[in-house]
Amino acid sequence: MFLMQLDRVMGYWPVLLKGIAMTVSLSVLSLLIGVVLGFAFGIIRAGRNRTLARLLGLYVDFFRGTPFLLQVFIVFFILPVTGIELSAFTSGVIAMSNVAACFIGEIVASGIKAVPTGQSEAAAASGMTRAQQMRHVVLPQAVRIVTPSLVGQFVLLIKDSSVVSAIGLLDLTRAGWVMVQSIPNGLLVFGIVGLSYFIICYPLIYISRRMERRDQSTIL
Amino acid sequence: MLGNLNIRVMLEYLPDIWHGFLATLMLSAAGFAGAIVLGIVACALSIQPLRWLKWPAVAYVDAIRATPLLAQLYFLYFGLPRLGVLVPEMVIGVIALSLNSGAYVAEIIRSGILSIQRGQVEAGMSTGLTYLQRMRLIVLPQALRPTVSPLIGQAIVLVKDSSLLSLISVVELTRAGQMIAIDRFMPIEGLVSTALAYLVLYYLLKLMAGLWVHQNRLPGRA
Repeated sequence: MFLMQLDRVMGYWPVLLKGIAMTVSLSVLSLLIGVVLGFAFGIIRAGRNRTLARLLGLYVDFFRGTPFLLQVFIVFFILPVTGIELSAFTSGVIAMSNVAACFIGEIVASGIKAVPTGQSEAAAASGMTRAQQMRHVVLPQAVRIVTPSLVGQFVLLIKDSSVVSAIGLLDLTRAGWVMVQSIPNGLLVFGIVGLSYFIICYPLIYISRRMERRDQSTIL
Repeated sequence: MLGNLNIRVMLEYLPDIWHGFLATLMLSAAGFAGAIVLGIVACALSIQPLRWLKWPAVAYVDAIRATPLLAQLYFLYFGLPRLGVLVPEMVIGVIALSLNSGAYVAEIIRSGILSIQRGQVEAGMSTGLTYLQRMRLIVLPQALRPTVSPLIGQAIVLVKDSSLLSLISVVELTRAGQMIAIDRFMPIEGLVSTALAYLVLYYLLKLMAGLWVHQNRLPGRA
């Protein structure tokens, strides 16, 4: 019985593979956009213009304080009302990049604040403009500080991507949902789905742990 | 976009949102209580020396951290009936939330305990404190203090995660908002009311964390 079901699950490997491809491409694309936007958010949040920083803070708070599922619905249902037609994939990428940018932005802002002020003062003393200080002195150091958290953020993003299955995208979780409709063994089907996520995410978790440990050893 | 928001409909459905809000609060509280218990057990097992007790705890934490909550939720939702366990969706949801957050709680408590230096315990011994006194007066106060803020952070994550229970048809805040969308074909009104209700919980928890940090600042520490 079990072997028969395992055999049937294996018969679904194209669906499973499609799901994995969708999960990975959603996550990678959103990570790329999220990192670029996130750095911009972070620089503004840690910047001198406090009004702008607070306004962005409100925006960020909205997306950090509401469930991701709700945000997916907001992008999927509200943007079309304003006349922007979006495919489910685009909606998913928008929602994911946006939430990634909000979380990465706060990480980057704290990274920038963690760079001692003497660094930018020294850069200013040697005649660098604000932009040059940021680009050549502060950001390179901030990047080192935030990299372990960024890897952790990528894992969160991959896991968040499962939520976009709610708007019908065939990702890994949705693939499991499709399979379980014809193979009535939830433990087996979602065991395999879980294992696939584990294979994707665990190396990243391992890397981020190693990086954190290495950073601690260089500080102490 | 939000200019033509129908406030009247939002007010009309306020009781439904309120019920959803309470349900989310209750589900989250139950899930968090379970997570604390599971987290303490998993943490205790993972820092004690016996390997055959340590291994399952570590496997549990890693398995949870590397898979999405929604997959875990479906695993239980489609899997438990197969094991002959027939419980309401709400119970499945709370179990999934507890299992999920428990792994993160275990990591938080673990890092709190590991942050205590051996010299602290030795100093307690040399001043003649008994084991219980050392635990009560030296180890636990220092180990638990740094865990409070991350635990509140985890509670925030849990409240937001509880929205996924709407996907296995548990009626909570997200589901309540969807009902407005379905009843009145007004997705925006439903989503906005729901988002505002979640933000109330978010800011309350954030305020708690801020107050706690403010009141428990240790001398000589930032």
